[in-house]
Amino acid sequence: MTTVIAPTSIEIEQPPELEVINMTKRFGSLVALDNVSMLIKPGTFHALLGENGAGKSTLVKCIMGFYRADQGDVLIGKHSRQIESPRDAQKYGIGMVYQHFTSVPAMTVAENLVLSRLNSPGLINWNEEYAKLNAFMANAPFQVPLDVPISQLAAGQKQKLEILKQLYLKSKILILDEPTSVLTPDEADEVLGLIREQVTAERLSVLIISHKFREVTTFADEVTVLRKGKFAGHGTVKDLTIADMAEMMMGERREPQKVAKVQQSDRLSILQVTDLHANKDNGLAAVKGVSLTVHGGEIVGIAGISGNGQKELVEVLAGQRSPISGQVLVNGEPYTATRVEMFKHKVFALPEEPLRNACVPHMSVAENMALRTFDRPPQAKGFLLILKTIRQMAQDLIQQFKVKTPSAETPIGNLSGGNVQRAVLARELSSDQINLLIAANPCFGLDFGAVEFIHGQIVEARNQGVAVLLVSEDLDELLALSDRIIVISGGQFAYESQTETADFSAISHSMAGH
Amino acid sequence: MKSWRRTLEAFCLPFGAILFGLILFGIFCAAVGQNPLAVYGSIWKAGFGNWRTFQNTLIRAAPLMLTSLCTALPARLGLVIIGNEGALIIGGLAAVSIGLVLAGSAPPLIVQVGMAIMGMIAGGLWIASAGALRHYRGVNETISSLLLNYIAIALLNHLVGGPMRDPNSLNKPSTYPLPEADMLSNIPGTRVHWGLLLGVIACVIAYFLIQRTTFGFAARTAGGNIRAARIAGLSVGKLTVIVCFLGGACAGLAGMVEVAAVQGAANESLNVGYGYGGILVAFAARHNPLAAIVMSLLVGGILASGGVLQRSFGLPDATVLVFEGLIFLVVLYSDSLYGKFPFFKEKPVMSPPPPAPSAPTPTATT
Repeated sequence: MTTVIAPTSIEIEQPPELEVINMTKRFGSLVALDNVSMLIKPGTFHALLGENGAGKSTLVKCIMGFYRADQGDVLIGKHSRQIESPRDAQKYGIGMVYQHFTSVPAMTVAENLVLSRLNSPGLINWNEEYAKLNAFMANAPFQVPLDVPISQLAAGQKQKLEILKQLYLKSKILILDEPTSVLTPDEADEVLGLIREQVTAERLSVLIISHKFREVTTFADEVTVLRKGKFAGHGTVKDLTIADMAEMMMGERREPQKVAKVQQSDRLSILQVTDLHANKDNGLAAVKGVSLTVHGGEIVGIAGISGNGQKELVEVLAGQRSPISGQVLVNGEPYTATRVEMFKHKVFALPEEPLRNACVPHMSVAENMALRTFDRPPQAKGFLLILKTIRQMAQDLIQQFKVKTPSAETPIGNLSGGNVQRAVLARELSSDQINLLIAANPCFGLDFGAVEFIHGQIVEARNQGVAVLLVSEDLDELLALSDRIIVISGGQFAYESQTETADFSAISHSMAGH
Repeated sequence: MKSWRRTLEAFCLPFGAILFGLILFGIFCAAVGQNPLAVYGSIWKAGFGNWRTFQNTLIRAAPLMLTSLCTALPARLGLVIIGNEGALIIGGLAAVSIGLVLAGSAPPLIVQVGMAIMGMIAGGLWIASAGALRHYRGVNETISSLLLNYIAIALLNHLVGGPMRDPNSLNKPSTYPLPEADMLSNIPGTRVHWGLLLGVIACVIAYFLIQRTTFGFAARTAGGNIRAARIAGLSVGKLTVIVCFLGGACAGLAGMVEVAAVQGAANESLNVGYGYGGILVAFAARHNPLAAIVMSLLVGGILASGGVLQRSFGLPDATVLVFEGLIFLVVLYSDSLYGKFPFFKEKPVMSPPPPAPSAPTPTATT
């Protein structure tokens, strides 16, 4: 009997207060988190906002014990606690729900719940477990059938289960990492609404990482904003407008930085996209009827919070994804991203994550640099590869673009991220005649020097008359480089303007989907 | 230049694995009451002991070289194809069909060339279908090619037992035999047929194709990273189907060689494990066609010793299959050891001693 009473008395217990004080985390020379403090009061729904790379995940991972902070303290209920691992975090009642599901698809809900307990006995008494689980479910904020295998649950139910798992583990502080990114808006509202009820009843505190202002304004009490690893603002949601929050996220209104640009006189339209539709991998619509034109000698920047369809748009243009419908014209001719068309129209691409998207990791730097040119003279003679020319060209490019590599024969996967990026840049920008360049987050995760170099190369290409489509999550980068800026939101273009006359708050608003 | 350490690793690991497989097999022999050393001796003598027995090895190595390419070539595209046996059978059936049609009406050379071409086309299409299913319908190519083996075997049994059966073949249902004149002859001065030369040539061509041609470059790119291949505009689907066709064509040619040089007709002897042996060869050779030549000799020698083990030790004929299977397992395991031995690391660390508290290296392949 006592064992039954003990947990219920804990259940009524208020969640503890969680405070982070002056937390700093460095990865090598990169400061991911710089002296950030945050307070989550008991029984509040707290949102953590920030652009990609702002340090939200790093902060949360430091709290959960995945990373060890270089400096700073975590206080739980006013006591400083050392959290060395997620197991420790669980001990203090902190649980995290990840963006992606962590349940075993082939096992039932009940099995997954029991599995999630760290102290599962070697032999499981299922009758007893079921009795406990049924009792737990009776009091749970939402219901998931216990006997159904995970693989048969809908996405919303799976996400509910992830949250139930944390309640089952008696977590009092829930950390949700973009929990709704895999849900439809209705499912998202339902799940968050039910959690909100738990918070209002003071059974839980919630820290939610989100990009979506709508969710924040509907469900959260307080908000903390990070920008580039630093604390950028804090406030109660009812005192803040969306524009205020967007401004905290993106920074103060900035004058577009001038890059030495040559004015172009002839404005031939190079890339023409008409009513393009494309799906995500899971079959949901990602790009919903997008039309744009890029002229020669022009950089068109596409801004947007990640996950709004820009990745799929780039993949279609780069040949990695088939569109559902719509037309892509390059130089006025239909373009389906075959090798012949790429060569004919001189289309090049700088995709994000170059090692994953544009390189073969175990092939050599020289071979990777030859990816565009290996099948035509002088690197090939008929069907034969001329290895000497391939090596020679690679050595020239390595010098010209200052790629740091032990040799041209080193597998490119052994190089650092910045040097992989340089090698891809060398391959894509070294051609004499480029007509169209498609770049996606070309500077993501690179250090300052590399960023400056890549920006210089892109502007240089533009000045020579190349049409550039630049997709980036870094608004500063877009404002600095592009001639024209377009905002994508929910798979559609929400704002378009010449960069000189762009209205910053309108950009922020349309990025947030308002 | 590839550093010598990595090259040495590529040599040491497979041979170390085979050595370890040999030890396991010794334990097996001891368990069934035979002296392992005596068994090793017999295998050596039967496979490699002298020129007379080595010719048996060569005869078996020829189809192994060809079938190994059926796994090794698609492997460069990242596919695991194990339909070697089926492609060999289908190639053999196609070859014998065209051979019987042409026999008598055309000179032997034409008959042989016709048989080779038909065998290659049939085997090629067989495996290309697995590749096409993979690319266009997302069917797992390993499973589909494996299942195609069973279809091929059933087809063989049906044809040699029914429509194509020679009524005179009583104990062992076979197709009508090819005329002696149209058979592949032996390399002068040996008992080894010209199929060996075909095998060696095919392996050399395959190596050249993969390493030195634009086609091979494209295939390696698509195999290494399909997203990068797409960004480069390479047609991954076409590459998949063509490479699978080429691999299947090699196995089909092996079937033709078996029919035209050894059996003289298509019968159940086509289905004696050269296809599965080829998978072993390809993996042990790390899908390098030149290394496959050497590995084929090794596996051919093991297969050749089957009869001796039966005669002198009273071990069942299938004992060599146990040996083959053990080696296969160990070779697959050894694949996971690349890069695990500090000695083979490309760049020796500048400050060696401090960060080396790791457990002693596994004894498996040392």
